[in-house]
Amino acid sequence: MLSDLTIRVLAQPFFAGLTIGLVRELCECATAETFPAGATIFAEGGPADAFWLLEHGKVALGLHVPGRGDQVIETIGPGTVLGWSWLHPPYRWHFGANAIEPVTAVRFDAAAVRLRCETDPEFGYAMLSRLTPIITERLQATRLRLLDLWGRP
Amino acid sequence: MPEESVLLDVEALPRLVGELRERGYTVIGPTVRDGAIMLAELESAADLPYGWGVETEAGRYRLRRRADNAAFAHSAGPQSVKDILHPPRARLWSADRATGSVTAGPDEPPRYAILGARPCDLAALGVLDRVFTGGAHTEPIYTARRDGAFIVAVECTEPGATCFCTSMGGGPDARDGYDLAMTELAGEHDDRFLIRAGSPAGAEVLAALPTRPAGTEVIGEARAAVARAAGAMTRSMPDEPLPDLLAAARESPHWTDVAARCLTCGNCTMVCPTCFCTTTEDVTDLTGEHAERWRRWDSCFDLDFSYLHGGSVRTSGESRYRQWISHKLGTWHDQFGSSGCVGCGRCIAWCPAGIDITAEAAALSAWRASEEEPC
Amino acid sequence: MTAPVPYRVVDRRVETADTVTLELVGEDGPAFAPGQFAMLTAYGIGEVPISLSGGGRGGRLIHTLRNVGAVTAALHGAAPGQMIGVRGPFGTTWDVDAARGHDVVIVAGGIGLAPLRPVVEAVLARRDEFGRVSVLVGARTPGDLLYPADLRRWRQRADVRTIVDRPADGWTGEVGLVTTLIPRAEADPDNTVAYLCGPEVMMRFVAEALIRRGLAGHDIHVSLERDMRCGAGWCGHCQLGPLLLCRDGPVFRYDRVEPLLRVREL
Repeated sequence: MLSDLTIRVLAQPFFAGLTIGLVRELCECATAETFPAGATIFAEGGPADAFWLLEHGKVALGLHVPGRGDQVIETIGPGTVLGWSWLHPPYRWHFGANAIEPVTAVRFDAAAVRLRCETDPEFGYAMLSRLTPIITERLQATRLRLLDLWGRP
Repeated sequence: MPEESVLLDVEALPRLVGELRERGYTVIGPTVRDGAIMLAELESAADLPYGWGVETEAGRYRLRRRADNAAFAHSAGPQSVKDILHPPRARLWSADRATGSVTAGPDEPPRYAILGARPCDLAALGVLDRVFTGGAHTEPIYTARRDGAFIVAVECTEPGATCFCTSMGGGPDARDGYDLAMTELAGEHDDRFLIRAGSPAGAEVLAALPTRPAGTEVIGEARAAVARAAGAMTRSMPDEPLPDLLAAARESPHWTDVAARCLTCGNCTMVCPTCFCTTTEDVTDLTGEHAERWRRWDSCFDLDFSYLHGGSVRTSGESRYRQWISHKLGTWHDQFGSSGCVGCGRCIAWCPAGIDITAEAAALSAWRASEEEPC
Repeated sequence: MTAPVPYRVVDRRVETADTVTLELVGEDGPAFAPGQFAMLTAYGIGEVPISLSGGGRGGRLIHTLRNVGAVTAALHGAAPGQMIGVRGPFGTTWDVDAARGHDVVIVAGGIGLAPLRPVVEAVLARRDEFGRVSVLVGARTPGDLLYPADLRRWRQRADVRTIVDRPADGWTGEVGLVTTLIPRAEADPDNTVAYLCGPEVMMRFVAEALIRRGLAGHDIHVSLERDMRCGAGWCGHCQLGPLLLCRDGPVFRYDRVEPLLRVREL
């Protein structure tokens, strides 16, 4: 029998390719979570003790700039993962995350997932193989935005 | 309509010029000017470059005196028929604010007779025909001049050192695209032309000239002279499909080598008988009441040629030389169904750095062969 | 075809800080199809290629253009009543019929929405002939988003998403690159036709993101730009390798141009 949470995670393309066994293991570290619009999911500088698989809603990643207020850097939507500062020390959020629409998500406990990664290299490699494409895609998108291509129509 | 060849004495050349002028043609032909054989309006056949030949090499063009008095024993000069039919500057239209009227083009197109077009010029006209009249839109300026033109071709009996027309599928013999074709037989004492008509208009002019029958011996002599010219050409293109070679060579390191020599001056594009690229300039009078658009030749070597709101696509010399030679020998086939090169050798002679299109193609071919060698 | 035909500016709408939409009317003007472009002349100043953004029949043309140079500055400032020279139509058209019976993904960056607007309108006009329809629009700032009224109208019959690089105060929409919307577009990768227009680099990344989702290169239609001068293949300026964009394009299937777009300074 698969837990409800495991079924929800399997429905998301993000972890497609993971064996059901690995997803089940992963979901042992998971809980369901919702945020109303406007809620702070995590604050910049706070402890990075979790990550979320977004199912519904939209999250703004941002930074508070003195004199300019909260600056949104990027919005993140359903089907992807929020948060990767938990992967490496110092396990602190570099940016803050706020729900700009009601958010439904699966929360994974970072310490538990890290422990599993360290003790089970197969699980660890599978996790990183899912997470690194997200990181590279966001890095590439950011690089393109730095180019400010709009100067040319 | 290959007609029988007949003989025309050199003394009758003024008659030929006269007959053409009488028919309303502005007669354009070779003449000596500024140390080169140039194309200019001929008042009479006396303006032809009798007794002048040329020496060409990569980056070199010199007039030389000949032992005989031949009028057409010079290879391609810095100009070509392109200069006449696709003029360096042309007005596309003019508009008046007061009347709101827009007038297309120049007035009545001139009617040119071109005396002394070389077979490579005929091939180049075939290429330009495909560019300007072969697509969905017919370019009006060239087409009007082309339709009204009368072409007197003169076959080559003495190719220049930079010539390689045979390797581009042409030859020193005139095959088609002429109204009259002549082969000059210059002797020490006499100068004669074997002449034939290639069109009804040509036959009509020929009938008005004082010709006499040519014996088989003379016809054989003329054929042999043209055949000797074909055999005398020393330059050639690599014997392989050039479009494939150029497409395969887009990322070749050889472009850096060419760019180290190329000045991106655009001389090759100006002298090329098929380089057709143009740009436009809009002008107004001081009151702003009268506006005109002028078209002038442009060159893919010009930095602005590939300008795209904010910058140019091809900024490096490498990319601009690659564009030129790849278009000429390769992508021209995709765009217009033939090569853009006719093997006239002008770009070789008039390159100030002596860059030789046949040598560059050979270098690319050698590079490609080395790339494909199994390790 | 070399002399422009005078068209009268009958309407001028300011779209953004540097962009306007002009409506032109010319007597007995030829029909223009979506994807095609006109050469617009500011008399005495010059001529630029501008894609069709609407109209196209009965001598009525709608062009959205950005003030980026001398000619576009003059056209940008054209007031109703003024005459503008028009040549065209030139180039290939968006093949909207290729998407019949399929899901449709339309991705625009910046002023790239202008040439795609007639595609969206054509698809929505025959809405039931298509599957799911997504319109993804990226812009630098919220103020640079074209056609806000159209976007609102399209939302009723298509999944319309907008995203900006730099949010302004009050912007509650998406922030990021338009490529990040691709995985979220509701479309069956095996049964989707995409239409892209925007900065060339953006189109490459969008096309690659679509291909990662499983679309085939030939099902992705892109509109390319080079320096079109004559529109008829006579001036040589708009070459991209074997292609004359004014004649063979501007609209191509991505698999045909992808190898060419990869070559530097081609």
